[in-house]
Amino acid sequence: MSVRVQTGPFDAQAEADALRAGDLEVGAVVTFVGTVRDLNDGDAVATLELEHYPGMTEKALTTIVDEARARFDVRGVRVIHRVGLLAPGDPIVLVVVTGRHRGDAFDACRFVMDYLKTRAPFWKRERTPEGERWVEARAADDEAAERWR
Amino acid sequence: MMRGAPDSQVSVVRLVYLARLREALGASHERYAVDGATTVGAIRETLRTRGGAWESELAPGRALRVAVNHDLATADTPVAPGDEVAFFPPVTGG
Repeated sequence: MSVRVQTGPFDAQAEADALRAGDLEVGAVVTFVGTVRDLNDGDAVATLELEHYPGMTEKALTTIVDEARARFDVRGVRVIHRVGLLAPGDPIVLVVVTGRHRGDAFDACRFVMDYLKTRAPFWKRERTPEGERWVEARAADDEAAERWR
Repeated sequence: MMRGAPDSQVSVVRLVYLARLREALGASHERYAVDGATTVGAIRETLRTRGGAWESELAPGRALRVAVNHDLATADTPVAPGDEVAFFPPVTGG
């Protein structure tokens, strides 16, 4: 599967190796790992809970991967997103792209992340010393996705 | 539009509320009666007439995303009996 949603951790290197395995046309492997930060809007973050919309999540991620494959000259794309309870430093999202050359592999990886940030139905809820709160969407994420239009 | 069901049987769509919106509205999902085909915008307007949090959270200026059958939708997107319509805040994954 090119798309997975899971509560447990992932092994980025193993996923990259698996995606590249046996494909000798691959000259570039781009791996992006997003991690939970310990500070947001000036407050210390103790834990992060990720909610998603089962059913739509997989469909949205698959659509984004399909679009990346159509737009860029890439060989393979894999996306893993974690849900549930996470702590600062925990890996939260993985995108691996294999391609013949680095240019399209880099672009496709960035494209997947920019679209995921605005179209995949995940929501973060933070626990800070001030209490719990839903993370607000950022305008910068919308602008990043707009660049690909 | 073809109506296979007898008139006494109400056609319904499933409404889903997620994340902060679910908490603000105090509801995660409901069966919602529709008279044949409608739109996302028409459902949103009708929900607003419930008043209270419904009126404020679903107000036109509020940033809100909608999906019909798991695809992102707009106010004009048609909704038919049997569809699932989800309302949620802008997403914050990644």
